[in-house]
Amino acid sequence: MSQTFSKQDFKLIKEVKLGNKPIHRGYAMRTLYVNVGSQEIKDKPVSEDMKQRFIGGKGFGLKLLWDGTKPATKWNDPENEIVIAMGPVCGNTNYPGSGKSLVVSLSPMTGVPIDSNVGGFFGPYLKFGGWDALELQGKAAVETIVFIDSNEGIVQLYESPAGIEQDTHLLAEQLTHAFAVDEKDLQSIAVVSAGRGADHSPMGLLNFSLYDKRRQGIRVKQAGRGGIGTVLRNKKIRAVVGRFGGVSQNLNDAADPAAVQRVGLKLHREIVVNDDKQCKMRKQGTAHLMEVMNDYDLLPTKNHKYGQDPKGPELASWVWEKLFSQNLPDGCWFGCTMACAHAVDHFLLETGPYKGTKVCVDGPEYETAAGVGSNLYVYDPHGILELNFYCDTYGIDTISFGTTTGFLMECWEHGILNLERTDGIDLTWGNWQGAAQILHDMADGKRFGVLAGRGVKFLADYFAKEYGADAQFLKDIALHGKGLEQSEYISKESLAQQGGYYLTNKGPQHDEAWLIFMDMVNNRIPTFENKAEALHYFPMFRTWFGLQGLCKLPWNDVEPADNAKHAEPNKVPEHVDNYRELYEAITGQALSWEGMIRMSEKVYNFQRCFNVRQGGGRRQDDYPPYRAMGPVLEDEYEARAERYDKQMQEKIGVDPAGKSTAEKVKITRQFRFKQYDSLIDAVFKRRGWTQDGCPTPEHLKNIGMDLPEVLAVVEARIAGQA
Amino acid sequence: MIKYLKLHDDKCVGCMTCTATCSRLYAKLDNPAKSRLQVNPLGAGKFHLIACDQECRKCVAECPTQAISVNSQGVVLINKSLCVGCLACVAVCPIDAMRFFPGESTPYKCVACGACVKTCPKDALEIGSKEDGPASQQYQEFAAVAQGART
Repeated sequence: MSQTFSKQDFKLIKEVKLGNKPIHRGYAMRTLYVNVGSQEIKDKPVSEDMKQRFIGGKGFGLKLLWDGTKPATKWNDPENEIVIAMGPVCGNTNYPGSGKSLVVSLSPMTGVPIDSNVGGFFGPYLKFGGWDALELQGKAAVETIVFIDSNEGIVQLYESPAGIEQDTHLLAEQLTHAFAVDEKDLQSIAVVSAGRGADHSPMGLLNFSLYDKRRQGIRVKQAGRGGIGTVLRNKKIRAVVGRFGGVSQNLNDAADPAAVQRVGLKLHREIVVNDDKQCKMRKQGTAHLMEVMNDYDLLPTKNHKYGQDPKGPELASWVWEKLFSQNLPDGCWFGCTMACAHAVDHFLLETGPYKGTKVCVDGPEYETAAGVGSNLYVYDPHGILELNFYCDTYGIDTISFGTTTGFLMECWEHGILNLERTDGIDLTWGNWQGAAQILHDMADGKRFGVLAGRGVKFLADYFAKEYGADAQFLKDIALHGKGLEQSEYISKESLAQQGGYYLTNKGPQHDEAWLIFMDMVNNRIPTFENKAEALHYFPMFRTWFGLQGLCKLPWNDVEPADNAKHAEPNKVPEHVDNYRELYEAITGQALSWEGMIRMSEKVYNFQRCFNVRQGGGRRQDDYPPYRAMGPVLEDEYEARAERYDKQMQEKIGVDPAGKSTAEKVKITRQFRFKQYDSLIDAVFKRRGWTQDGCPTPEHLKNIGMDLPEVLAVVEARIAGQA
Repeated sequence: MIKYLKLHDDKCVGCMTCTATCSRLYAKLDNPAKSRLQVNPLGAGKFHLIACDQECRKCVAECPTQAISVNSQGVVLINKSLCVGCLACVAVCPIDAMRFFPGESTPYKCVACGACVKTCPKDALEIGSKEDGPASQQYQEFAAVAQGART
């Protein structure tokens, strides 16, 4: 460990005692506001109307962000906020996956609200101090550390001292020791931080720490998407530190604590019995997906050009299982027996400033192993671990970085980039050391690292303008929606998943809907209306997790043994009922399945209206780049010629015989865009939106999100004034 | 060495004196559901006794806060001040020896104190000792893998 600090070494700038407030039925009914610029620190009451309409978690976050910003607010304006909100179910220790925080901000990548779901101890600890959410606003004059002591009810601003580390694996360790009262208090500290990469790139993330007693050190989970770490650093916040000691079973003051235990224990037991036969989350985490995706031609390979490679098994789940330390309770919150937050311990770094040191690598999760692995044609687990570690400690999103680097490597393959343009970095497929060098240069603020860190939307334009490269080709292979890089599943052969990615509020992230198997493999949603219904139900259902402070994984990464017997196994009905029961047990409020969806509909539509308010939320914002829809290149077509030719014959009604590959690529492309247009029509209709993607006033009234300020935004858009 | 409550099902007559002793001692009331030792009727005058064998220690490995530890006598103990009441230990216990009472915040288990041994009228219970085996050492080996992960 590097230099040690104690709290006394930090210069106190401001201290406010707001007191601790017990939770009642899952809610504190107040939020914490901290302006690091003006140094104003205050509490804000949560009204009954806010609770009913916005529920909690992401709903509260978006509501506070809406109120705190203006239509013209940009991500780097002082008034932009980072809101960390938990939700009423968050913090219970009985039901697996109940420790999530939802972080929202105006994204540096998209300009519209981003929401990111993260584990770690910070959110629950904040909640136990009597806060439903934390709002961070303003820009500090000096590097600042925000300290929230949930036991003492004190909020402090400190000047970050000279000599303190900047990269998370060291910084969070230093701060954990500095703010812990003694050794026993180490697990009471949780740190939110970014890293040097986030100083130079809009794809900066937030690391949320948890102190791991067995490893005697910090672990980190990431609010990865959309650049919230960049916003943190732009505010000159070095870190936000939370402290709470004394976690116990019913700090949520549940209406029926025994019911919380009962439903939690039921799932614990299900996981203990079924996990080893199903997803093996307890041994492999989400990396269990690697060979499954490769087998189904869904594992991104060479910038999503292909979904499969003979080398795929080199990154299979069993490889990761051997590398992960086994039999440890690796949950990111207490009581999560799914325990998917695995780590590779004693990992010896080979590159960068920490070369030669042994570290604990958190992960890789599936998205990382795919994004910086197969997508870069990297099949060396060591390379993936190295990139995983440096992304985390520098505060860089592995998904955006992986997708961007895949784009850069494809540009290299096509001669758009060369050693001169990359400042000497060889970006041949598979060269993970080259990818690592981009990261190190990003952290150091060097030219090409900073340029690469801008993300694919910017780079596609830049390479066309600066290097005279084919603008359409670059646009086709730049995998982003609204400026956010696509996450790591091949969506080409599933129209529904193209919608699942791109008909989203924040951009192409798989947390709204994952429909590939339903659509492509099992053909359960063949019509546009079927797909539209799925693109209504699943995004709404999944939004509910974010309102409550829950993780999605225990919903369908373990299933009851008899799940397949139900009429709609994709919904995992027994688990949906668990959630309904859990919510009722904690809040004391009755809830039906329809009620769950309605809760989400309100917040989902509010978020869409927020996009509209910021100038987005139009149909044109919801189109994928063609790489996400079909074969861009002739060799890409030819590699799957049998599939595409068959589709041409059967679906398009055109005989491929005698046609050149170029012609067939063009015909397929036209057809797929047309299909996507029809999908948008059906989805917007199902969601109660205009054909330009704006929620209608009638729909907002129907779902109970007819706040005057929201109606004003959509009415102005529909009238063509905004 | 491991100190544990040795159970003789063949001698048990189901009088429930042990559960009364145990629940009175630890929960201050006579309620078999709050006893650390369970007497399960099998029918035909037969009974099956359940108490922690102190040996498998799956609960020790599973506990996220290290609230469950092993003392110098080899007995598995729960530190209530560290316990967050998640009941993961209850779920992983292969013989249902880790107990909880609905609505109470922390689980409980037999700590081989021997109180029930003294009151059992049929000598169905005794305090025994056994050697550490591979299973009883595993939880330490699991934790050791991750220790000192950084230099």
